[in-house]
Amino acid sequence: MSAAADPEPLSPLDVAGLDDAVAEALADVAAAPDLDALKAVRTAHLGDRSPLALANRAIGALPGPDKAAAGRNLGPRRGRLTQAFAARQAELEAERDERVLLEEAVDVTLPTHRRPVGARHPVEAIQENIADFFVGMGWEIAEGPELEAEWFNFDALNFGPDHPARQMQDTFYVAGEKNLVLRTHTSPVQARSLIARGAPLYVAVPGKVFRTDALDATHTPVFHQCEGLAIDKGLTMAHLVGTLDAFARAMFGPEAKTRLRPSFFPFTEPSAEMDLWFPQKKGGAGWIEWGGCGMVHPNVLRAAGVDPEVYQGFAFGVGVERAVMLRHGIADMHDIVEGDVRFSTQFGTEI
Amino acid sequence: MPLVVTEWLADHVELPASLTAAELAAALVRVGLEEEAIHAAKVTGPLVVGRVLYRTPEPQKNGKTVNWCLVDVGPEHNATAIKGVDPADVPEGGARGIICGAHNFDVGDLVVVALPGTVLPGPFPIAARKTYGHVSDGMICSQRELELGEDHDGIIVLTRLGFAEADLTPGQDAIALLGLGDEVLEINVTPDRGYAFSYRGVAREYAHSTGAAFTDRALVDGLPAPTPDGFAVEVEDAAPIHGVVGCDRFVTRIVRGIDPSAPTPAWLKRRLEGSGMRSISLAVDVTNYVMLDLGQPLHAYDLDKVAAPIVVRRAAPGERLTTLDDVDRALDAEDLLITDSPDGARGARVLGLAGVMGGASSEVTASTTAVLVEAAHFDATTVARTARRHKLPSEAAKRFERGVDPRLPAVAAQRVVDLLVEFGGGVADAAVGDLDETSAPAPIAFPVSLASRVAGVEYSREQVVSILEQVGCTVAAGPTPDEVSVTPPTWRPDLTERVALVEEVVRIAGYDQVPSVVPAAPGGRGLTDSQRRRRSVARALAEAGLVETLSYPFIGEGELDALGLVAGDPRREAVRLANPLADDRPLMRTSLLTTLVETARRNVARGLPDVAVYEIGLVTLPTPDAPAAPQLPVGVRPTSDELAALHAAVPAQPRHVAAVLTGRRDLAGWWGSGRPADWADALELARLVAERAGVAVTVEPATDVMPWHPGRCAALVVDGGAADERIVGYAGELHPKVVERTGLPSRAVAFELDLSALDAAADGEPVAATPVSAFPAAKEDFAFVVDAAVPAEAVQAAVVAGAGDLLEDVRLFDVFTGEQLGEGRKSLAYSVRLRAADRTLTADEVRGARDAIVAAATEVGATLRA
Repeated sequence: MSAAADPEPLSPLDVAGLDDAVAEALADVAAAPDLDALKAVRTAHLGDRSPLALANRAIGALPGPDKAAAGRNLGPRRGRLTQAFAARQAELEAERDERVLLEEAVDVTLPTHRRPVGARHPVEAIQENIADFFVGMGWEIAEGPELEAEWFNFDALNFGPDHPARQMQDTFYVAGEKNLVLRTHTSPVQARSLIARGAPLYVAVPGKVFRTDALDATHTPVFHQCEGLAIDKGLTMAHLVGTLDAFARAMFGPEAKTRLRPSFFPFTEPSAEMDLWFPQKKGGAGWIEWGGCGMVHPNVLRAAGVDPEVYQGFAFGVGVERAVMLRHGIADMHDIVEGDVRFSTQFGTEI
Repeated sequence: MPLVVTEWLADHVELPASLTAAELAAALVRVGLEEEAIHAAKVTGPLVVGRVLYRTPEPQKNGKTVNWCLVDVGPEHNATAIKGVDPADVPEGGARGIICGAHNFDVGDLVVVALPGTVLPGPFPIAARKTYGHVSDGMICSQRELELGEDHDGIIVLTRLGFAEADLTPGQDAIALLGLGDEVLEINVTPDRGYAFSYRGVAREYAHSTGAAFTDRALVDGLPAPTPDGFAVEVEDAAPIHGVVGCDRFVTRIVRGIDPSAPTPAWLKRRLEGSGMRSISLAVDVTNYVMLDLGQPLHAYDLDKVAAPIVVRRAAPGERLTTLDDVDRALDAEDLLITDSPDGARGARVLGLAGVMGGASSEVTASTTAVLVEAAHFDATTVARTARRHKLPSEAAKRFERGVDPRLPAVAAQRVVDLLVEFGGGVADAAVGDLDETSAPAPIAFPVSLASRVAGVEYSREQVVSILEQVGCTVAAGPTPDEVSVTPPTWRPDLTERVALVEEVVRIAGYDQVPSVVPAAPGGRGLTDSQRRRRSVARALAEAGLVETLSYPFIGEGELDALGLVAGDPRREAVRLANPLADDRPLMRTSLLTTLVETARRNVARGLPDVAVYEIGLVTLPTPDAPAAPQLPVGVRPTSDELAALHAAVPAQPRHVAAVLTGRRDLAGWWGSGRPADWADALELARLVAERAGVAVTVEPATDVMPWHPGRCAALVVDGGAADERIVGYAGELHPKVVERTGLPSRAVAFELDLSALDAAADGEPVAATPVSAFPAAKEDFAFVVDAAVPAEAVQAAVVAGAGDLLEDVRLFDVFTGEQLGEGRKSLAYSVRLRAADRTLTADEVRGARDAIVAAATEVGATLRA
């Protein structure tokens, strides 16, 4: 651009001309559609070669008295224009930011399953819940071997070698006259714990047990029980009932209740079968067998060197698979034992 | 287990007329006789007595001849118009036209007719149907069709079944007549309640439950006294078990002149069959009937085939017996035998296994007219062992091994005699044999308050005494007001101690009387460290995306072969079960992977592409030639030596944790194709386990351990301990041959760690915290070139050593091989973060550390890459 081509510069004293320039600039600012356009408008109206800048520069050449008037003419007008630019700038920036976020939007219904999701086996998870319940009651969790000496599995529990109940247990025996069996119940841990720790003793024993039953919808040769044993001075059957009721409520909710029926186990006397009231029972609410229990037989205490004249207590055993099946409406034992990941995955890490 | 026919039970106890099987079950379960099943009525609908009025044999084209019959089925059921029969030929009073294929009957016979609408066992509904050119308006039934017996000679002719013609009328309900309409309760009798294997015992329990009037039919007077000419019996037990002579009572009675063709009365047969027993012959039926009624097992011998004296003795070596079930058995020296003395040879011939099963030779037959009745009392242990040894859980053995009332034999024998006289036309012989060495039950000193102390229920003294008397005990005053002397009844051999009496009191008073009181435990220590670690490991693996599964611990040689465990591998030393569920899996697993690979394969086979499963469980590691566990008595604490022997006999059973991964570790999706699981994933998970167990592990290459890939397996090693105990497990890729044999997808990876060993290695000490420095860090990167054989961990260890105290973190961020490095060389790039605890590092300090790192790396053959 050559100076010769420049139009006549605006006089800083030409108020009407200045007003026209400002009005034109404001109209351009308002009309600027985006930040780039606004930048061009800014150069045109506030840049070094803009009419107002040139008028400003011309002040210096004015005679003294006019200088002040020219300054008063130009200052506020330029200020107004600068403000208008800033306001429009902010407006356009906000618009741009909003547009960027909109453009970045994704379909949040897309699947996000990048890492496999794991799960606990419900039989293992519920045993932890059971343990937590008993620990909360002030009991401890005891353990023992799954392949066990016959003495611990039977004799220590008052099953003599010829006791008919010993034949009823469908026992896996170890070959070679080793007097070893796969434990048929978690009860051998009663004797192990009592011998190791003596009385008083409050322990729960979740664990794996074995019977020579073929696998079908309701039976499995390898399953889990939770044993409870409380030995102290003055424990009664009422404490047994209280413990079972509290346990049932912890497992099955506040409406759960239990019922005892007379039964027989060599290691308890009195002995009872424990039934659980089950409102969701197939064919209508009713009682479902959940386990066996009773007052610990004096011979069990004697076998562990505990004086039955001083201490007495109670023991019980419940089926863990049965609890899982009832709680979660599992109809077929195959699902529990086959290890199909689709089964465990339903439960996640907490049940 | 016993079946209970309600109508029979009413002989002993007053029952409401309308008592259903379900009500009976509810009453019995309250006192401990559990319901096993309620067997439904066998037949429903119009099953009636009919009289054959007309019978025409009609030969058929197929060679068969059928009978077209008109049967009078009573005015209520008779039809006056019969299709195809001229109205003039319809008998007066009407009839039904029925086709019958049997030929064992004639006009005038009384038969059983299933009219349309009857449902026979099967279920087999009867309807009128067109057949052989007639409309057969019902069916004449055989015994088999009604499930009364296997006899299929033809249809039932009621008079031949023992029914008197005078008692029968056409149209009469045959369901009631034959006992086919009763629901029958089957109960489960616990081993302590042997006496409930009888109507007498069940009735007593019903009375306990309901208060109904009970009559003990075993308490009878006027039994004949033994006579000197009673059939000679001698007991000669040379080897009593636990010092108990095998037979302490042997009653004999003789009935002569029995009509061998006399039928068993219909009512008796109905009761037997209702109770689940087949009718065989009058003599056998009567002994079974009295056994079910009172609980005393009995045996009937053909008197002519038994030579006095009977000798009860143990078996001699080499003796054999063919029992009633036609099995020839080798006898054991512990078997107690009933023998007789043919030709004066005392005890030379074996008649039967005492209390278990008779022999074929002296069996009552269709020609027997004189019967020798045996009612004896045998030792429970002897009978139990013999029954078990010969796999003969007979009705007699079931009762004897649970204990039979020793006062029953004379009563029961008299009942048998009476029935044989009444229904067999026999004559009771005056000779009565009764060898009786039984002793009365011992009294028990019983503190009355014990019942309350055990149950937590306040029972009054009167209540306790009354209940004990109700169950049959005699209660006498004792030395103190609280203590009484209780003599149990002869039918309760289980009542031998105080707590057994307590149980009687609590159960008869009702278990529902026991209140619910939560005991206050003294307060425990919570979970043990080891239990918490195990939970943490289990949870960490689940949260790392693995799914927990459980598998049976049973394996066979095939599973060990599949993992490539060669002969001599210690993991082939497995405990063998005597009675495995499957013959090809008799061993207990020594490694979790043996069974876990099957779980993984099953998931893959079910169409799941990406499988990551884990299991935590015990493995069994036997000590070769470990001694057998000692057999120790009941009710006595083992000595410390005995306890040590027990513990030593039980094989080590460490807890392992294992995982198998196939398919992708990072899943495929819209973000990409995912990433297959590889050896490093398995090792990372194994390290996660060790970290959660609180144990520092290092890794070493494991180049020769099955089932692992020799170049892609790491042994995980803990510090300390013996050299062979330092390895706590392996992780990596499975050997390609193993993958092939186990049917897993190729490149499957796995780990297995000994969680018990990790647990033992965890010190459990609280972590001593290191302060966190807020001064600026200096970051330095290094690329070292080393021989490809140098393990990365060795180079990293040098970096760590060189950096000294200033080292905060070191990370291997790149491994590179390429031509520019030369054959057999690799480049390892490390990023090192240095920081001081108390100052900003100077450039000189950083340079010094850098130089020291390079110098240390040079020691392991690494040079800084140019």
